[in-house]
Amino acid sequence: MAREVSKGRKAAVTALAWGIGLLIFFPILWTVLTSFKTEAEAIASPPSFLFFDWTLENYETVNERSDYLVHFWNSVVIALGSTLVGLLVAVPAAWSMAFVPGKRTKDVLMWMLSTKMMPAVGVLVPIYLLARDTGLLDTKLGLVIVLTLVNLPIIVWMLYTYFKEIPGEILEAARMDGASLSSEILYVLTPMAVPGIASTLLLNVILAWNESFWTLNLTAANAAPLTAFIASYSSPEGLFYAKLSAASTMAIAPILILGWFSQKQLVRGLTFGAVK
Amino acid sequence: MGEIVLSQVKKSFGGVSIIQGIDLRIADGEFVVFVGPSGCGKSTLLRLIAGLEDVSSGNISIDGRDATDLPPARRGLAMVFQSYALYPHMSVRKNIAFPLRMAGVPAAEQERKVEAAARVLNLTPYLDRKPSQLSGGQRQRVAIGRAIVREPAAFLFDEPLSNLDAALRVSMRQEISELHQSLKTTMIYVTHDQVEAMTMADKIVVLNAGRIEQVGSPLELYRRPANLFVAGFIGSPKMNFIEGAEAAKHGAHTLGIRPEHIDIAAAGPWKGRVGLCEHLGSDTFLKVDVEGVGQINVRASGEVALAFGDTVGLAPQPDKLHRFDEAGNAAT
Repeated sequence: MAREVSKGRKAAVTALAWGIGLLIFFPILWTVLTSFKTEAEAIASPPSFLFFDWTLENYETVNERSDYLVHFWNSVVIALGSTLVGLLVAVPAAWSMAFVPGKRTKDVLMWMLSTKMMPAVGVLVPIYLLARDTGLLDTKLGLVIVLTLVNLPIIVWMLYTYFKEIPGEILEAARMDGASLSSEILYVLTPMAVPGIASTLLLNVILAWNESFWTLNLTAANAAPLTAFIASYSSPEGLFYAKLSAASTMAIAPILILGWFSQKQLVRGLTFGAVK
Repeated sequence: MGEIVLSQVKKSFGGVSIIQGIDLRIADGEFVVFVGPSGCGKSTLLRLIAGLEDVSSGNISIDGRDATDLPPARRGLAMVFQSYALYPHMSVRKNIAFPLRMAGVPAAEQERKVEAAARVLNLTPYLDRKPSQLSGGQRQRVAIGRAIVREPAAFLFDEPLSNLDAALRVSMRQEISELHQSLKTTMIYVTHDQVEAMTMADKIVVLNAGRIEQVGSPLELYRRPANLFVAGFIGSPKMNFIEGAEAAKHGAHTLGIRPEHIDIAAAGPWKGRVGLCEHLGSDTFLKVDVEGVGQINVRASGEVALAFGDTVGLAPQPDKLHRFDEAGNAAT
C-alpha cells in the first residue's frame, strides 16, 4: 500500500523538484536566450531576462563567418563512426566475457574501467605524436579511432551488463538447434539485446558528440567538429557572448533533439536489469 | 535411429568430480528417464550427451559414431529445456522454424514442417504470437515443436515440466508419452520426480552422487531395488527401513517393507499405536509406533476408520520383504 502523503508536503516536494530541475537547466536556457540578444545586451548589467530586442543577427554572423554544416557533418561522422566501430569490437568482446568467462574476466573488465580513471591529458603527448606520425592529425579517421578507444570500456561494460541478463539456456538452445557461433550472435543474442545495444549506441553517440578534449587537441580546420566550432568563438581578443551562445545553441541542438526523442529508450536502457 | 552408448564417461568441474564413470546403453526408440535427488549429476549427464558440456574422459557414441568431440549442433539431438528457452523476439512460427532455417531448409519446406508440427501440438492458432503471449503449457509445446521439426536421432528433456502447475504437469506428461508412442524416437528425460519417472519410462536410470545406482524398468526398480538408495527413492510413500533385532530375525542387516505391503490385522506380529493419520479418501496414510521396531508408515485403504491413539496390529506381507546387507545392497 502506498504511504499517505499530505497535500502540503506533496506540493513542497514538487516545488523543490521543479526548483532543482530549473536550476540545472538554467545555464542552457540562459545560453539560448543570450543567443538572441545583441552583444551589448548580452553583457548588460543588470541583465534582462525576456524583455530585450530579440534578434537573429548572431546566427547570421556565425553562419557567415564559419560553415556550420561542415562542422555538423564532422560531428556526425566522428560520433556515429566511433560508436559503430566500438560496437563491432564490443559485441563479441562482451559476448565472450558474459557467456564464456575465464579466470581473469573480472580483472580484464576492471582494468578496462580503470583506464577511464586516468585523466586524458596524461596521454595527450604520446597520442598527439602517434597521430602526427601516422598522418591522422586533423582527420576524421584519426578522431574516430581515438574516440572509439576512449569510449570502448564504457561500451563493453554496458553491453556486458545487458548480456549478463540474457539467460544462457536460450543461447544453448540455439546451439542445439544448429546455430553456428556467428548465427547465434546475429540471430539470437543481438535481437534480444536490442534495447541494451540501442541505449549503448545512444549514450555513446552523445558522449562522442560532446567529447571536447581530443576533438579540440587533435583537429585544426579539416576535421573540426561542433565542439571546435564553439571553441572558435571564445576568442582571446574579447569574448563575444552572444555569438558564442548562438554557436553553442546550434551545436547542442541536434543532440538535444536526439536525446529528447530517445529519452524513454535511454532510461530503459540505463535501468535495464535493475527494474525489470 | 538413435542408439546412444556412454562408456566410462566422467566429468569434473575444477577438481570436483560430478560424474564418476558412467557406462550406459540406450537403445533406439527407448524412453529413458534419469532420476535422482538434486545434485546427483543427472542434468550434467544430459548436457554431456547434448554436447553442451565436454566430458573430462570417456566416450559418447550416437548411432555407432563417436560423438565425444562433436559440437551440439552436429550430434543430431534436440533438447527441451526446463525454462523452455524460447527465442523471445521471434513468433511461435519462427521459433519452431529456427532449427530448419539454421539447417538451410528451403522456405516452403520449413513452412510445411512447421504447420505439421503445430497441428500435432495444437499450436496452429498461436503460430503468429510471441512466446510472452503464451501460457506455460503452450510455451512448453512450442519448445517441443522446435525439437520435433528437426527429426532428431533423440530428444533430450531437462526437467521440462517442473515450471508447470500440478494439473498441467499431468496432462503434459501424458502428451509427451503419446508423442513418444507416435514418433518412436529415443527420448532421454531428466527429472527428480519419481512419479514422472515411473509413469513415462521404459527404462529408469537412478543416479546418486554421479554414479548409477540401478538401471531397470519401473516395475523392476519397484519390485527388486538393488540397494537401500533405490529402495528409498522409488515408491511413495517411502519404504520403511527396520534395523536391529527385528531385521536380524529375517536374516538381514536392514529390512525394507513398503507401506502398501503392510496389512492391518489384529493378529499381526507387530503391535503399535497410531500417530498421524491422513485420510485421502482413496487411501489412508498411517504412522504407527510399533514396539521394538520403530515408526512404521502404512498405506491402508480409504475405508480404514482408525484415529490418533488407537492400538493396531500390523502384518507385513512376507513375500514383499526386502533384505539388505550391511553395505546396503539387496541380499540375494
